[in-house]
Amino acid sequence: MLYDIFIDPFVQMYDMPDFFLQVLWEGFVAGILYALIALGFVLIFKASGVFNFAQGIMVVFAGLTLVGLHENGVPAYLALILTIGVMGVLAYGVERVVMRPLVNQPEIILLMATIGLTYFLVGFGEFVFGGEPKQMITQELGLPTGSTAFEIGDRGLIILQHIDIAAAVIAVIMVTALGLFFNKTRIGRALRAVADDHQAALSVGISLNQIWAIVWFAAGLVALATGIMWGARSDVSFALEIVAFKALPVLILGGFTSIPGAIVGGLIIGFGEKIGELYWGGLVGGGVESWLAYIIALVFLLFRPQGLFGERIIERI
Amino acid sequence: MKDFKQFALGTAVALGVGLTGLMAPTAQAQDSNYVPLLTYRTGPYAGSGIHIANGMHDYLQMLNERDGGIGGVKLELEECETGYNAQKGVECYEATKGKGALVYNPYSTGITLQLIPKASVDKIPVLSMGYGLSAAADGNVFPWVFNGPDTYWDGASVVIKYIGQQEGGLENLKGKKIGYLFLDAGYGREPIPLLEQLAEKYGFELLKYPVPGAEMQNQSSQWLNVRRDRPDYMVMWGWGAMNPTAIKEAVKIRFPMDKFIGVWWAAGDDDAAAGGEGAKGYKALNFSGVGPDFPAIDDIKTHVVEAGLSSADPETVGGTLYNRGVLNSVIIAEGIRTAQELTGKTVITGEDMRMGLEALNLDEARLKELGLAGFAHPMKVTCEDHSGSNPVFIQQWNGTEWRQASDWIEPMNDLVRPLLEAAAKEYAEKNAPWPARTEACPN
Repeated sequence: MLYDIFIDPFVQMYDMPDFFLQVLWEGFVAGILYALIALGFVLIFKASGVFNFAQGIMVVFAGLTLVGLHENGVPAYLALILTIGVMGVLAYGVERVVMRPLVNQPEIILLMATIGLTYFLVGFGEFVFGGEPKQMITQELGLPTGSTAFEIGDRGLIILQHIDIAAAVIAVIMVTALGLFFNKTRIGRALRAVADDHQAALSVGISLNQIWAIVWFAAGLVALATGIMWGARSDVSFALEIVAFKALPVLILGGFTSIPGAIVGGLIIGFGEKIGELYWGGLVGGGVESWLAYIIALVFLLFRPQGLFGERIIERI
Repeated sequence: MKDFKQFALGTAVALGVGLTGLMAPTAQAQDSNYVPLLTYRTGPYAGSGIHIANGMHDYLQMLNERDGGIGGVKLELEECETGYNAQKGVECYEATKGKGALVYNPYSTGITLQLIPKASVDKIPVLSMGYGLSAAADGNVFPWVFNGPDTYWDGASVVIKYIGQQEGGLENLKGKKIGYLFLDAGYGREPIPLLEQLAEKYGFELLKYPVPGAEMQNQSSQWLNVRRDRPDYMVMWGWGAMNPTAIKEAVKIRFPMDKFIGVWWAAGDDDAAAGGEGAKGYKALNFSGVGPDFPAIDDIKTHVVEAGLSSADPETVGGTLYNRGVLNSVIIAEGIRTAQELTGKTVITGEDMRMGLEALNLDEARLKELGLAGFAHPMKVTCEDHSGSNPVFIQQWNGTEWRQASDWIEPMNDLVRPLLEAAAKEYAEKNAPWPARTEACPN
């Protein structure tokens, strides 16, 4: 037993380096995708202190809108632009109908409002697009398909899916753009001010409503990117909403307010769950990755309760 | 005064609603046969559920439009959305059973398991066509449950038999590895006891790859395990979004698709199409017709689809899962017709329906008469055998459509039947006091 736990996994890694590299690559890709989802949560939490329960369904809704428009004859790139527009309208609508009337309400009320928004988007999405899964328009959007195999000497091969490489590149671009936006622009600085203290931000003339609309729009764009990437790997279906909650341990680990935290947390969870499942999962019959992510997050929490990059909040009594 | 008006109005509305509610079932019971359809057109499993729901609804609706129902009595159809959720399924059952329901088709093993104990109490049969509890095939223990034309154990035995044929005989399975990828729910776990027994008997290694419901679209770990374990064949018990994702992942790791075989619920057109060109060669079990070229399907198109009475996209009519729904409704309709013949009544009850299903004999002549020659293997239900353990065929995806790829293959009845009976006995003991059969045999 001790051999199976402490020795055998490492022997396997050494004996099958191609497989180990493949596991690392899959962990990296999964981590990037988790990080993308987590980013959407972080953006809204930063601005309003709300855990946006609707982020998962926003991923599905964005993906369905894109594919649905294309199915109705809209060219792929125009459909992409129109979908961005739809996410903008959604952000504006959420700000006007959900957020604005709830200013100064307890956070639990805002959380409940996002749960309500989730059910609205599920019903509205099914009403407009139907419940059937749809295939992502990967090629029409100019995204790469197919795969490339690399020989690892005479020790096997590693297969890289082109769409996974594209996902990694797009994630890096999005994170960089969001980082620049929040650190180098006036609106970004305003958002950070809102995140620190709503009342203080209002007192210096920052429009809370405008900030919220922008943040929900940014979260919508992240949802669209996630929907495209994840949809290309499987399909765009309402089952993706559940996958989105894989971001929860990422948030616990990385902190609810940190963009770098979402990335690093996503990667730790991605690598951790793949390596755990593939090398130690068999000891308990497999299927450990759905809960292993939470164990990893909880272990980190023992040492850093605010998450890896979360802000330590000290309140004086 | 204002309060009194409000009270009077409220009372009148409440009474009106109450009386309508009380009278509605009576009205339905008098001039129609009420068939509730437990379906799911929403949620993670809608991709499979929509086609089944359309097929089930459209065939029965076609009988209403073309023939005025069955035996001169219209069918009252009502769909109830379960979302493939056991709790919602039971709610649908409770909400509709009082309306004179003749039979329930849960379309979920989880819901079926909940309804089995209720069936004998409420006297409404459960028809779980090709799913649910395999042991329910024993009619002596489960007189109210019907699960033909095949149980999951029948299906699992056909897969192993087919793999044996590919390898030149079952004896050649010794030392082989067969992977089993399954939805980690009652449905996916159902055939495991039989597969384990077959593994022991024929000497192959059974490798299990569970896919949790929440991870249906995130299967890279399972398929990395497959890549490492290098099974000779993969068998899949998937449903909903799990199927297309699995096929894509199999393509991704370059698993030989002609050695990847799905159960009949992993045989949808959308499932295979998701894998693109790489999915060519993927195989699946089937027991219902392939394609739209049957006179009954033509009638559905004419009387229902073109008349705007269907929710189906016309292009999906005749698809694998659509046809599966049609076959389900053929069994319902023939059960009603048989019950009418047995009882001499035109409007029947759940108890009559149970007799009708138990005396069902869908032979070749009858299939031809229905406009469904070759659509299914002839099936005959007996009081002892509620499944029939009928032959199944293998279909193969050619990149654009399914083609029949084998003859009809008999399940390993000599092996499966004793195991089914033992499992039925065990179920009854675990659920004691399980009611002993008192229902008369109509055959």
